Amino acid sequence: MIRLFARHRILLPAVSLIVLLAATFYMQPRAMSYFGINLLFNLAIPIALATLAQMMIMMVNDIDLSLGAFISLVACITATVLHDQPVLGMAILAALILAYACLGALIHWLELPAIVVTLGMSFVWAGLALTILPSPGGSAPAWLRTVMTVKPPLFPMAVVAAVLIAGLSHVLVIRSGIGTVLRGVGGNAASVGRAGWPLLRLKALAYALAGVFGVLAGMALVGLTTSADANIALRYTLLSIAGVILGGGEFVGGRVSAVGAVIGALTLTLAASFLSFLRLSPDWQIGAQGAILILVLTARLIFTRRDRTQG
Amino acid sequence: MVKTLLGRSWIWSWIAAAAAFGLIMLLTQGRGAEELAYAALSFGAFAAIVGLGQMMVITLGPGNVDLSIPATMTLAATLALKGMGSDPGTSLLGLAIAIGVGCGAGLANFALIYLLRLPPIIATLAASLIYQSLAIWSNRGLRIKPPADLADFATGRTIGIPNVALIALVLSVVVWIVLERSVFGRWLLGSGQNLRAARLAGIPTQLVRAVTYTSVAVLAAVAGYLLASFSGGASLNMGQEYLLSSIAVVVIGGTSIAGGNSNVPGIWGASLFLFLVVSMLNSYGLGAGVRMLLTGLIIIGIVIAASTRRGRA
Repeated sequence: MIRLFARHRILLPAVSLIVLLAATFYMQPRAMSYFGINLLFNLAIPIALATLAQMMIMMVNDIDLSLGAFISLVACITATVLHDQPVLGMAILAALILAYACLGALIHWLELPAIVVTLGMSFVWAGLALTILPSPGGSAPAWLRTVMTVKPPLFPMAVVAAVLIAGLSHVLVIRSGIGTVLRGVGGNAASVGRAGWPLLRLKALAYALAGVFGVLAGMALVGLTTSADANIALRYTLLSIAGVILGGGEFVGGRVSAVGAVIGALTLTLAASFLSFLRLSPDWQIGAQGAILILVLTARLIFTRRDRTQG
Repeated sequence: MVKTLLGRSWIWSWIAAAAAFGLIMLLTQGRGAEELAYAALSFGAFAAIVGLGQMMVITLGPGNVDLSIPATMTLAATLALKGMGSDPGTSLLGLAIAIGVGCGAGLANFALIYLLRLPPIIATLAASLIYQSLAIWSNRGLRIKPPADLADFATGRTIGIPNVALIALVLSVVVWIVLERSVFGRWLLGSGQNLRAARLAGIPTQLVRAVTYTSVAVLAAVAGYLLASFSGGASLNMGQEYLLSSIAVVVIGGTSIAGGNSNVPGIWGASLFLFLVVSMLNSYGLGAGVRMLLTGLIIIGIVIAASTRRGRA
């Protein structure tokens, strides 16, 4: 049993999510419905996309402290420019993805510490967001609103979207050739370079992918909330890092899991709902999220350590 | 002389701070220089205190960073002000509470890192969520005023220098002596340069890490206590801006993000610079958004300048 967990790192995050889900349904049986599940996981879609964006950066051994500000900026653009002038909005969003790629190239080229550069960029994104949308407002483009509130048969949108996102990103990161090379950059950049791969372009590609998922996260968020403000997603920076780690990813070595990242994001979202069902005082909700994070990581430690001692 | 001075990595943050100061003076035609310097010293002091702590942690090597600084500041300030209850003559009690909170938070952070083998980023992040909840729960967002004598002290000045800046200066000297002149400082730098080599050389590396993570939390707690006394009470988001600025002052100040090398004078230059650059953009009449944008670009510019300078050397 323990060996099974150790061998398949995806099992532990999945089991954590199922346990948490079972506990939520036990506390509040009415949540066990199409509508209930949709409500529980509604906000998980942008968080899952943000977590995948963070994963792309962590895959090449960097960390992105600007992600929350970036997603806020995307949300502001989506709610204003994209709503009023779709073509211009699309162009700006594409430019933002390009900016992310350039950032990756710059960090690699000048050997800058990513944590500091992204820290600086968080000011830049936040400043741009504030300039575009000085006070909360704007409105979501109608088509985006439709996409985010569509009601597929059998399973709610949130679940269908999570499965789709997890599947597609799994193919991209784990199955595809380029995904394998990108994870190789995190594992041993020097040997990937020796093997003839252009490291600069690979790093730029990883950051561009993060930009793509960041843009999708911001758009999904506006589709759900219908309006935006400059601080709407600031907490996503830390949530996304926690999500990657919860999903079995690691800070170094290119060890990431796309399915795990989505599961991690779902777990974090569910943790908040679960705690409100516990009738826990709202004072403790943030703290209990921290406690759940510590709990899951402790469980992981127990399994990995057993694995090591058993060879 | 000039060459050795330019070789110091802290000099650049001071030059940048002086340039920002000069640009403001250019605009006001020399008026208000004293007030500006006073304000820079007051507000820079808080960034300097948390920056000192963050610097010690970053010196421990790659992956070491304390994300719980804002939450520790808030929790320490909230509990200290609650303990003092605005009664005169309780300042030292409040300080003791704050330091106690700092010790507790630091040891808890280290326990998570050491016992659970969590990466410091995740450990301090998860812990900070809990501290935040504790702060909310203990006070329910009520604003308790600091005792009048403490508030007077925190906003007052001695021989023309803000008291908070004097305290920050004393703390900086202490940290500098510990880092540069004590055995512990050698241990810390050694652990940051090569943890394995340090351990094999007989340095108690886990003890070094424990003391460092406790120190950063205590410094954050003291900063929170002072900030709350300075601004007339604790608020739940009082520490928020210090998460980014604590890391920013360390990097701008010339401390290597790769660890094993620290730089106390640079912390001061960078703290003053961060305040001055915002007031400079402010006095040129730029909006909040443009101000942040330029601050970010300036931070990145300094990091790039610092890295290319290293490359040539």
